[in-house]
Amino acid sequence: MSSVNHTGRAVQAEQLSRRFGDFTAVDGLSLTVEQGEIFGFLGANGAGKTTAIRMFCGLLAPSAGEAWVDGLSIRTQSEEIKRRIGYMSQRFGLYDDLSVRENLEFYGGIYGLGQAEIHSRGEALLARLDLAEWGTRRTGSLPLGYKQRLALGVAILHRPRILFLDEPTGGVDPVARRAFWDLIYEVAADGTTVFVTTHYMDEAEYCGRVSIMTAGRIAALDRPAVLKAQWGAKDMQAVFLRVVSA
Amino acid sequence: MSPVLELTGLARAYEGRPALRELSLTLEAGHTLGLIGPDGAGKTTAMRIACGLLTPDQGSAKVAGLDCLTQARQMRALLGYMPQRFSLYPDLTVDENLRFFAELHGITAAERHIRREKLLAFSRLEPFVKRRAGHLSGGMKQKLALACTLIHEPRLLILDEPTTGVDPVSRQEFWALLGELASGGMALWISTPYMDEALRCDEVQLLHLGRVIAQGPPAEIARAFPRRILRFPGLAPAALTPLLAGLSGVTVHRFGHDLHVVCDTAQEDALRERAQSAGLEVESEEPGLEDAFFELVAVAELAA
Ligand SMILES: Nc1ncnc2c1ncn2[C@@H]1O[C@H](COP(=O)(O)OP(=O)(O)OP(=O)(O)O)[C@@H](O)[C@H]1O
Ligand SMILES: [Mg+2]
Repeated sequence: MSSVNHTGRAVQAEQLSRRFGDFTAVDGLSLTVEQGEIFGFLGANGAGKTTAIRMFCGLLAPSAGEAWVDGLSIRTQSEEIKRRIGYMSQRFGLYDDLSVRENLEFYGGIYGLGQAEIHSRGEALLARLDLAEWGTRRTGSLPLGYKQRLALGVAILHRPRILFLDEPTGGVDPVARRAFWDLIYEVAADGTTVFVTTHYMDEAEYCGRVSIMTAGRIAALDRPAVLKAQWGAKDMQAVFLRVVSA
Repeated sequence: MSPVLELTGLARAYEGRPALRELSLTLEAGHTLGLIGPDGAGKTTAMRIACGLLTPDQGSAKVAGLDCLTQARQMRALLGYMPQRFSLYPDLTVDENLRFFAELHGITAAERHIRREKLLAFSRLEPFVKRRAGHLSGGMKQKLALACTLIHEPRLLILDEPTTGVDPVSRQEFWALLGELASGGMALWISTPYMDEALRCDEVQLLHLGRVIAQGPPAEIARAFPRRILRFPGLAPAALTPLLAGLSGVTVHRFGHDLHVVCDTAQEDALRERAQSAGLEVESEEPGLEDAFFELVAVAELAA
């Protein structure tokens, strides 16, 4: 397995599994994501997406198999992985009692950025995320779409090479979702790899490639256009329904 | 007979900041009313007032003729409410949660078993009934919360963005179940960020900055769309920019793998000419509810 050339790949998983007691949440997952891709990690509820992402981010140990993130082993180099990736979890993990700016400063500190860099990078991000006017607002009082943009800002503060986004647009209105995807494209244009989960099938179309998981395994993986042709479906919604019900 | 839900001139501010400026509606038995709008439009505030959890600054809320403030106790017996963040008991299993909510509403064991079957089918949680709720995935928790809300079949069901995080298969099955409940006479008031769900409602209201800016059957709202929509099949977004040069007020929205170019009739002629001389294919697109949402919100934003 170690003979596989995983260097240069953003994410490579080989027979990755995770069990909870006698239940297998991720069941022999293998996939490769190249640097710079926008990869859509789709699947049914409970399919194992969040569990897999937590393993890639070095937050959860695998029960079997191995994966490399930016060429680093999730088993032995998880601390180094955490410095190279950004992670936006299904629940944002922002501090509600801190202001928008304080959240950026706090996380900047965690990532070990210096004061000057936190300041310059933070202000640049606030402007880019259209949050400059909101800098002093208590994070808990922000509308959902703003919190979600701030969570993205926090995740890219330290210029990660790979960005893991777990349902970043859950519950967000159609206008704010489009605006958020414009930001994802901007981040990807800088060369960052984006690994994203979503239950909005129009967003699946915005990804270069997507995988669809059911019960811990990948049931389909390709470019959206190829999957639509393969499954004789007019859009990704129809592909998803067919793959998951198959 | 009084309507199942009647809201009249509701308004509410938080610390001087208006969240809801003016909302009125009537909802009859067997009908489904959708509430859509951008984040912060006032949807949750309106629903909390209707549930008697929040006092309005102005206006009144009535459920089956009962005042939501002064007759809150009788009113609540008729109501099922699922807030955006519903709390399950993380230490109880899926089954224990269902049973807890059933007992809370005084549902008989026989009735509970029938409903349990239905709810486990739509939610696909049957294999996981013995798992602790705290160990479910995000979407599974959401579906269990829905099941707990639906275990008592009230006359009025108020659901605040119930399908956030729920996968496309379960969303479809969930809406089939709602359809059954509505046919049985239940009245449903649902907020959602999904336009495909709004389309399944008998009527929708579009709320923006605390005011209704459009309402009616969803297909009619889409049909009233005042501008034209063009598509350029196979054209990359970057290649569109030169085509639009000098045409002000044309807006472009991403729709899956497509782009919708929204324009006026004069601009449409110009765009078709340019496309023809560039040898590009052009198609007209029927406006959908999502197009209407963008347009109506943009117009309201300019006026605000
Ligand atoms: N700590 C745990 N103990 C037991 N089972 C768990 C635990 N964590 C996760 N699981 C189970 O693992 C499976 C996969 O969960 P996961 O959160 O990875 O799903 P998901 O694909 O992210 O789903 P969703 O789309 O709903 O977010 C689920 O059946 C879940 O109940
Ligand atoms: Mg998840």
